[in-house]
Amino acid sequence: MTKEKFIYGMYNDDDLMIAGIKQLQSKGIHVRDAYSPFPIHGLEDVLGMKWTRIAIAAFIYGITGLTLAVITINYMMIMDWPLNIGGKPNFTFYQNLPAFIPIMFEFTVLCAGHGMAITYFFRNMTLPGLPARNPHPRTTDDHFAIEIAENENKKFSKEEIETMISESGTVAVFEKERIVKFL
Amino acid sequence: MDQFTFTDKSKKIFGALILIGIASIAYGMFDSSVTADRIWVSALINGWFFFSIALMATTFIAINSAAQSGWYVALKRVFEAVSLYVPVGAVTLLIVFIASAMHMNHIYHWMDPEAVAHDALLQHKEPYLNIPFWLGRAVVMLGVWTLFTFIYRKKSLQEDAEGGTSIYKKSMVTSAFFLVFFGYTSVVAAWDWFMSIDAHWFSTLYGWYIFSGMWIAGMIMVFLLTHYLMGKGYLKEVNASHIHDLGKFIFGVSFLWTYLFFSQFMLIWYADIPEEVTYYIPRINDYTWSFWSMVLINFLVPMLFLMSKTTKRNRNVLAVVSVIIFFGHWMDIYFIVTPGVLKDQGHIGIVELGMLLGYLGMFLFVVFRELEKAPLMVKNHPLLNESTHHHIN
Repeated sequence: MTKEKFIYGMYNDDDLMIAGIKQLQSKGIHVRDAYSPFPIHGLEDVLGMKWTRIAIAAFIYGITGLTLAVITINYMMIMDWPLNIGGKPNFTFYQNLPAFIPIMFEFTVLCAGHGMAITYFFRNMTLPGLPARNPHPRTTDDHFAIEIAENENKKFSKEEIETMISESGTVAVFEKERIVKFL
Repeated sequence: MDQFTFTDKSKKIFGALILIGIASIAYGMFDSSVTADRIWVSALINGWFFFSIALMATTFIAINSAAQSGWYVALKRVFEAVSLYVPVGAVTLLIVFIASAMHMNHIYHWMDPEAVAHDALLQHKEPYLNIPFWLGRAVVMLGVWTLFTFIYRKKSLQEDAEGGTSIYKKSMVTSAFFLVFFGYTSVVAAWDWFMSIDAHWFSTLYGWYIFSGMWIAGMIMVFLLTHYLMGKGYLKEVNASHIHDLGKFIFGVSFLWTYLFFSQFMLIWYADIPEEVTYYIPRINDYTWSFWSMVLINFLVPMLFLMSKTTKRNRNVLAVVSVIIFFGHWMDIYFIVTPGVLKDQGHIGIVELGMLLGYLGMFLFVVFRELEKAPLMVKNHPLLNESTHHHIN
């Protein structure tokens, strides 16, 4: 488990935070992340966040689920033990396809859904037992925080960064450690 | 540029399309190899297809008014213009229905007194399936739908002139009444006009199946008109997020359609009861390839091409995919009507395609004329500002 130190600035209003981020960016500071109790419209554009790739992951999980379902059904219902259900043709996969589609669909959804949830937990380090990632409990209540990494802003000293943050309308500036990687 | 101009060039194109339609009807009447029923079947298919698009536009306005949604307001005039084909479409449908009631065609088998006399099941259904009651239902449904379409348009123009929020608030009540009425009558219409073609057969989710099909066709038509208008430099306030939302509707409702199609098909296939399989046997045995390709077009094309966010936001790509699905849903209506009437004698030939173009020309002529009659952007809708700032990722 790797831990790293970050500088945090706390705001008591979301508009103040967005204005603060813009002010810091105009001075050439890279703001890594932001914490808020609720989704803020347009925040990801201000931070320049990349679009999530979870859709690609979901597609791969879905395809995996579909393939597994087809292989299993084909082995169980066609190859190993063909059952006579209501006189339906049971010696080929394609003739029985309508009966298999619900299972194929459900298994695709099952794999895609669980895969996405687990990927999300891993990626955001919110698996059960891991310490909370947010810098301060009040970012889940009525405060907002920005996160700045010292090593991404080599142009400035730590003191300079902290002064600039406190000039952007914060209520508090502090340094804290959090996990950046586990496993 | 808020005022749309219906150019002479478009008028000529649509006029030419209408002439193609009339010419193909004339060709069908003089060519002895084309039976009269083929023309009537085409009139029902195209009459319903374009009428349902317009009716869906009215319904969509109602759904969004009742749900107080804001994003569609920038497109409201496009929806209104499409919805105002409802009265014209109602007339095209009534022509077919009255002709059927007068025994000028054989679309509805149960209308033949000779057939009913020898058929216990049709005698049993007679209290519901008899010509006066059936025609009465059709007139009432078409009339009320037209009435609501006019109300929405009138209130919208009144809102432009007067401003304020009272019209907006009242529209929620109007929409609640319309949606309850529509919820029941859209199903009754599906029974009356399409399920009764195969009078012995029945399916409980048929109404939703018809409804989901008309929903996609309606969304596609509104999107294609928006695409055209944006290409001509109108609708400046419409951005990629509105297109994304329309794309999501086209994508999502395609899956609703596939789900309902498959639910109906699988149960009938599994149970294999003679009175139920009568619906699928002519469709699958006589029209194997075209029937299954219709299903695949309506399912696979939206799934493969519209799953990604990028394609839903790019209106040029969305337009190409939409046109394919649009034709796919015309094929859907074709397979709902034709095999029940013409058995294995259905063709997609000059008559069918010509009449499709003719009805399309008439539809677009009416819609473009209505687009011209009012500014393309509503002025005083309370949610207009929300809609022009619509932004989703």
